[in-house]
Amino acid sequence: MDAKRREVLKTGGGVLALAAAAGIIKPGDALAQEWNKAAFETKSVAETVKALGGSGSTASGAIEITAPDIAENGAVVPIAVESKLPKTQAIAILVEKNPSTLSAEFEIPAGTDPFVSTRVKMGETSNVYALVIADGKYFHAVKEIKVTIGGCGG
Amino acid sequence: MADPMRIRASMTGDKVEVKVLMSHEMETGLRKDAQGKIIPAHFIRNVSVTHGGKTVLSAQWGTSVSRNPFLHFRFKGGKPGDKVTISWADNRGEKRTDEAVIAGG
Repeated sequence: MDAKRREVLKTGGGVLALAAAAGIIKPGDALAQEWNKAAFETKSVAETVKALGGSGSTASGAIEITAPDIAENGAVVPIAVESKLPKTQAIAILVEKNPSTLSAEFEIPAGTDPFVSTRVKMGETSNVYALVIADGKYFHAVKEIKVTIGGCGG
Repeated sequence: MADPMRIRASMTGDKVEVKVLMSHEMETGLRKDAQGKIIPAHFIRNVSVTHGGKTVLSAQWGTSVSRNPFLHFRFKGGKPGDKVTISWADNRGEKRTDEAVIAGG
């Protein structure tokens, strides 16, 4: 019975691989065209957490934000987030005082380090939140970044 | 058509370290031009990275990711010579896919 099940699983995987090889499933098509419009229109951290499916989040020392204390140019603020929480599934970067709070959301599959580094725009000095979804629960860390010249103005 | 991405993928221990620089204006839709007219939003909304047919990272972005976006992450299971494929799609339906070969560590 077990052997048969294994055989079926193997075949199933083979079909997928074949479909990919034949170009039926192109890597580009795997691109989730889904875009959580509601989440990107939120105006506060609490609203963003809700729009991402949570009811609230807990502060956690197991999330590390690496970013400058003072950003001279708000147009390019480097932010890295590393989570040490087991089963980290997603990492989001939120800038509290930006016109829209949510900046970016990353989904972390098993096998990928719970770490992302990117650059965001900040209109003014603000708290930056790293929101982590781990094992279905919501956690956050926060760091204030002072901005000398805002990066969202005209 | 947007310019190609600049991708660096290399081994760090048993992990593949990926650094990407995309070419995109990431216009917020909040800025005005010299005539006082709003410059329409134009930004990457979805990013996906695959290795061996498996998604190793996917992202949704808003307008506040910096112009010419930078992305850095690490995943397990790759080896030198393997390909890493990165795709993005923006709010106007423009897309771009580029790939890089993993270099030895």
